[in-house]
Amino acid sequence: MNRIVKKEKLAPQINLIKLEVPEITRKAQPGQFVILRIHEDGERIPMSIADLEPETGLLTIIFQEVGKSTVQLGKFKAGDGLCDVVGPLGKPTHIEQFGKCVCVGGGIGIAPIHPIAKALKKAGNEVISIIGARTKELLIMEEEMKKTSDEFVVCTDDGSYGFNGFVTQPLSQMLKDGKQLNFCMVIGPVPMMKAACMVTQPYEIKTMVSLNPIMIDGTGMCGVCRVTVGGKTKFACVDGPDFDGHQVDFDELSRRLSMYVKQEKISLEKYLSLTGK
Amino acid sequence: METKDRLKIPRQKMPEQTPEQRIHNFREVPLGYTPELAQKEATRCLQCKKPTCIDGCPVEVDIPGFLKLIEQGEFVAAAKKLKETNSLPAVCGRVCPQEEQCEKTCILSKKFTPCAIGNLERFAADYEREKGDVEIPEILKSTGKKVAVVGSGPAGLTVAGDLIKMGHEVTVFELLHKAGGVLVYGIPEFRLPKVIVEAEVDYLVKMGVKVKTSWPVGTIQTVDELFQEGYHAVFLGTGAGLPNFMGIPGENLNGIYSANEYLTRSNLMKAYSFPEADTPISSGKNVAVLGGGNTAMDSVRTALRLGAENAMIVYRRSSAEMPAREGEIHHAQEEGIQFHFLTTPIRFLGNSDGWVTEMECLKMKLGEPDKSGRRRPIPIEGSNFKMKVDTVMVAIGNSSHPLVPQTTPGLELNKWGNIIADPETGQTSRKGVFAGGDIVTGGATVILAAGAGKKAARAIHAYLKTL
Repeated sequence: MNRIVKKEKLAPQINLIKLEVPEITRKAQPGQFVILRIHEDGERIPMSIADLEPETGLLTIIFQEVGKSTVQLGKFKAGDGLCDVVGPLGKPTHIEQFGKCVCVGGGIGIAPIHPIAKALKKAGNEVISIIGARTKELLIMEEEMKKTSDEFVVCTDDGSYGFNGFVTQPLSQMLKDGKQLNFCMVIGPVPMMKAACMVTQPYEIKTMVSLNPIMIDGTGMCGVCRVTVGGKTKFACVDGPDFDGHQVDFDELSRRLSMYVKQEKISLEKYLSLTGK
Repeated sequence: METKDRLKIPRQKMPEQTPEQRIHNFREVPLGYTPELAQKEATRCLQCKKPTCIDGCPVEVDIPGFLKLIEQGEFVAAAKKLKETNSLPAVCGRVCPQEEQCEKTCILSKKFTPCAIGNLERFAADYEREKGDVEIPEILKSTGKKVAVVGSGPAGLTVAGDLIKMGHEVTVFELLHKAGGVLVYGIPEFRLPKVIVEAEVDYLVKMGVKVKTSWPVGTIQTVDELFQEGYHAVFLGTGAGLPNFMGIPGENLNGIYSANEYLTRSNLMKAYSFPEADTPISSGKNVAVLGGGNTAMDSVRTALRLGAENAMIVYRRSSAEMPAREGEIHHAQEEGIQFHFLTTPIRFLGNSDGWVTEMECLKMKLGEPDKSGRRRPIPIEGSNFKMKVDTVMVAIGNSSHPLVPQTTPGLELNKWGNIIADPETGQTSRKGVFAGGDIVTGGATVILAAGAGKKAARAIHAYLKTL
């Protein structure tokens, strides 16, 4: 149950795992997420869905090793099983024929934007993708994104590959050049999502973001994932994770994401000392 | 024994951990009766010809029957008698408000103190479980009918237990990774040890109930898809899971939790043993819990055990209106919980990192009774004052869990999002779909949910016979 059929290191500390969860894969749609636990005393870890293969029942997640649980998950190999996987959770991304769409993905956020780009393309949209990473080594899913895009831009913060700068810069340039965009989807680190939304706002382009606040049950029961959207409190797990980016209080989201920084450090240090690193 | 001799026996107190001991651990507070204490207490029952205690029991337990067996030392037989009508005696013996139910209608309560029915229910169920060989009751011949039970809280577990005995095939679906619903995520270890919930679920499994965890009915499979898969009836016991907040400024500051979140971290995720368990919890020094119900008491006593220096209840009415059980309030007082009555917060203030530091409150006074019959709290203008807090839990109730209602077309809901169901049968607006517990009534008690489950099981059984 919940068997890992493939595990691949995409970049330093970035892993891809294909999970055999046919019932979830059959029902999941782009934009939704799953929650997994790796052992009996483990935390519930929300994970975006990076790809779905309904024919084979495989669901792909891509994650970065940042805390104890993700470092530990990084040690899992093909053939290992996870304690539990629950999903699909959250509302699917709203897909329709918008016209010209831009998908902006930053860092690990490229993973969840991939199935959305595919779905937008399938719905008859023209898809422009702008993806970026800190440096070339950390860039993921370039080929997959290129394949699903009509126009494709890649950026690195340090200029080691593609455009030298942030993803917001080519986006801004496109708009300045008078490109007519009908829909924008942004997924990535909070500061990047905030910046991209500031770019599209003056042009009144419908811009959706997928948020990743702290979650426990992921089904509306605890309220830890609450975010302020348009002055109202929403639960990202059941009202989202997609929200109108022009309405999201990103600063509050950043603060709430830092709630357990101290404990996360304790937990990771304890784990590393036990595993001898 | 003569009635006059029975009347001479005082109510036997259940031994408990002292407050000094228990505030440093998460173990259960009451320690249980010894067989001697239990027999002595059971002897106080007058074995009324027309027992009024049963009228007060939502699941119709034969109370004089099981008390008689305890008096005679037939403890296992007493447990079996309980289980004839109650699938969850070890749970109900602990968390039922007996003082409002069977013990209130016990004839002794008119002139003396009532028989300690709850304590004795707990004793019999614990005795049988601890003895180890819990016997499986007779299961009727298979009817070939399949029932899906959505939600594994007290309502769902009761439905499952009753229907499996009648020969139906039953599968329980739970969206969390552990079965038990509010019994595992909501009620703390010190009030209801999780091994007891596990044992009650195991008992159902031994009888043949299938339990599927991490299965969110509504998304992975809709109610309509359950029917398509061959289920003949569906019971919805999905509970009141969506926490309410105050809706006042600053409520999204760090350190402010719903009681649901705080309790789920501690109970389900075992955050009290962090970093042994991976899930963290903030152990504040000045902790305020907003509300006056059992959930508020559970939250504030959890915070105390996690090391709070000032663990406070902040409640907008007075002590007389608190909905929490008297026994729980008493335990909280013994443990040094501070009570701020007639107080309501109007905003939270935080530091530059976004953490709550203060709570601005208003003093209240009581006016005329409102719809609930309790006196309405009225703010006193200009009475503003600030309280120092670093952790706050909002325990002002829950709304219905949205996952199943949102994905089941034709299921009628009331304006609060609760499923509309016949109170006697649990029948909903959809054929073959029954519902009970908090998803129908809004947040209530374990035993009312179990009672609704009992009625629904009967109605489902009757419905299946018509197919």
